[in-house]
Amino acid sequence: MKILVPVKRVVDYNVKVRIKPDGSGVDIANVKMSMNPFDEIAVEEAIRLREKGIATEVVAVSCGIAACQETLRNALALGADRAILVETDAELQPLAVAKLLKALVDKEAPRLVILGKQAIDDDANQTGQMLAGLLGWAQATSASKVEIAAADAAEMTVKREIDGGLETMQVKLPAIITTDLRLNEPRYATLPNIMKAKKKPLDTVKPDALGVDVTPRLATLKVAEPAKRRGGGKVADVQELVAKLRNEAKVI
Amino acid sequence: MATGPVSESIYITAEHELLREQVRRFVDTEIEPFAAAWEEQGFVPREVLRRMGSLGFLGLMYAPEHGGAGADPLTNLVFAEALSQSTFGGFIVTVLVHTDMASPHLHNAGNAAQMARYMPGIIKGETISAVAVTEPDAGSDVAGIRTRAERAGDGFVLNGSKMFITNGVHADVYFVAAKTSREARGSHGISMFIVDKGTPGFRVGRALKKTGWLSSDTAELIFEDCRIPASNLLGRENEGFRSVMKNFQNERLMCGAMAVGHGQQALRLTLEHVKQRQAFGKPLWDKQAIRQRLAMLSAKVEALRSYTYHCAWLMSKDRDCVREISGLKALAGELANEVLYTCQQFHGGMGYIRETAIERLWRDARILAIGGGATEVMLEEVSKRL
Repeated sequence: MKILVPVKRVVDYNVKVRIKPDGSGVDIANVKMSMNPFDEIAVEEAIRLREKGIATEVVAVSCGIAACQETLRNALALGADRAILVETDAELQPLAVAKLLKALVDKEAPRLVILGKQAIDDDANQTGQMLAGLLGWAQATSASKVEIAAADAAEMTVKREIDGGLETMQVKLPAIITTDLRLNEPRYATLPNIMKAKKKPLDTVKPDALGVDVTPRLATLKVAEPAKRRGGGKVADVQELVAKLRNEAKVI
Repeated sequence: MATGPVSESIYITAEHELLREQVRRFVDTEIEPFAAAWEEQGFVPREVLRRMGSLGFLGLMYAPEHGGAGADPLTNLVFAEALSQSTFGGFIVTVLVHTDMASPHLHNAGNAAQMARYMPGIIKGETISAVAVTEPDAGSDVAGIRTRAERAGDGFVLNGSKMFITNGVHADVYFVAAKTSREARGSHGISMFIVDKGTPGFRVGRALKKTGWLSSDTAELIFEDCRIPASNLLGRENEGFRSVMKNFQNERLMCGAMAVGHGQQALRLTLEHVKQRQAFGKPLWDKQAIRQRLAMLSAKVEALRSYTYHCAWLMSKDRDCVREISGLKALAGELANEVLYTCQQFHGGMGYIRETAIERLWRDARILAIGGGATEVMLEEVSKRL
């Protein structure tokens, strides 16, 4: 089976983000960008399925500006077979990305799409679910284990971490999986694989060619920093602590 | 460990950045949380080096037929610089001595049989290497070594001692410089030999206690009537000096990478510190004197970084760059100490406390002006070419 793996270019997890002075969003000028960590887990899972002989081809997809090619090259270096960039300078919201991905699924006919459960920039946790809705496919979100018996299996078993334990689901294929943190530990790309990735095919399409209108449906009113934590104070003894808890914090 | 905005460069490609990412993740997750214990025990565990071998980090410049990646000096520098983002100089040098200071002797001069015997293990991290040139009475002055190798039957007999040998205690294979001619003067008459750990007559004299680089094992080596087969002669007899000199360029480039890494990490730690440390009711960062000193050091480290890349580019073009790289080495060693002195100063009392990264980096930086060609020796190499 073919697996489609959407990957998103996001601000690197190590970067302390800053809000633009006009409050319109996060300042990403000159900021280090990387593949969304949950998407790395998705790529790894797809490659493992190919290595087990379950998948025949892993296709990485990214939607966004031309620089998303770097993210796709990263996926190719990890082991994806080829890549597709849906190139646009427009702001892309989860519904628009889900529509673009649906158009690609119609074209590529994968039996499985594995996505990160959310991207660490907007933490929307929507794209996978919306894509499943648009396709009318089964979905298993926040997966922590995936078992597929054979390449032509009609179903798969997915475990999810839920409050108080693990939920085991039987899911009909074709289906959508979104990945949780503990599904796997992504591999390191070796230098020879990084060099080979340069030669793997990377196609570019435009949203228009896929017949998708990506116009935002949501308006951002304002982006603001969380309130700064105020510094703590020191107390001399237990009496003072109790007095403060009673009179200032009013918790006892 | 955020290294700040990506600084684009004519020397750096997208593939370089991807490689850097892999090394960064490895250092962040598999080195930094654990290396404090290695500082205590005095060496890097063997399984860490084997793990690096399995990830392809120990053979970047070597031929694919032996398990290497066939990379050029620029790519190798990206690796060294990324590795040098560790705050443990002892770990960094353990790896770089193996990959870029010892095993290149085999790579440059080894014959097919020697390569086939040693290279796969070196690249996998199963055979750790050390290079033994320096002696108690001969450091940068390689021509002054006294260790002798006399022809005896179908081989050589080694006698002498070596000093300050990195990886000296725990290495499996040593590339040893010895005099093979009584007649030849000065730098002529030196040959390189491959000596396996456990060869009768060869022993580790003692592990040396150092100021810094605590997780790196450093030894004195002793050769007493140590018989080695002629097949362990590395390269041509009496022409070892040239091979030592040849690899000095790569070795010194690595010192540049280490200085850049130490400088970047010291500045990162210090910026974090001065922005939150309150003094007289305000963060230290509010003081112009602090800001400007750090801004200037940041500019100097960036300049050193660019120069390091330029030197690697010259090497990748096979240009004669002894002047440039000697200058780089002198600059790097001195700048690392300048940066660490100031960064430690701005940490106040905490900068003098063991177990803080800044205190360790300050100790680790000191050797960068001494080892791999002392600043004064490097400046003579530059001035000869002015």
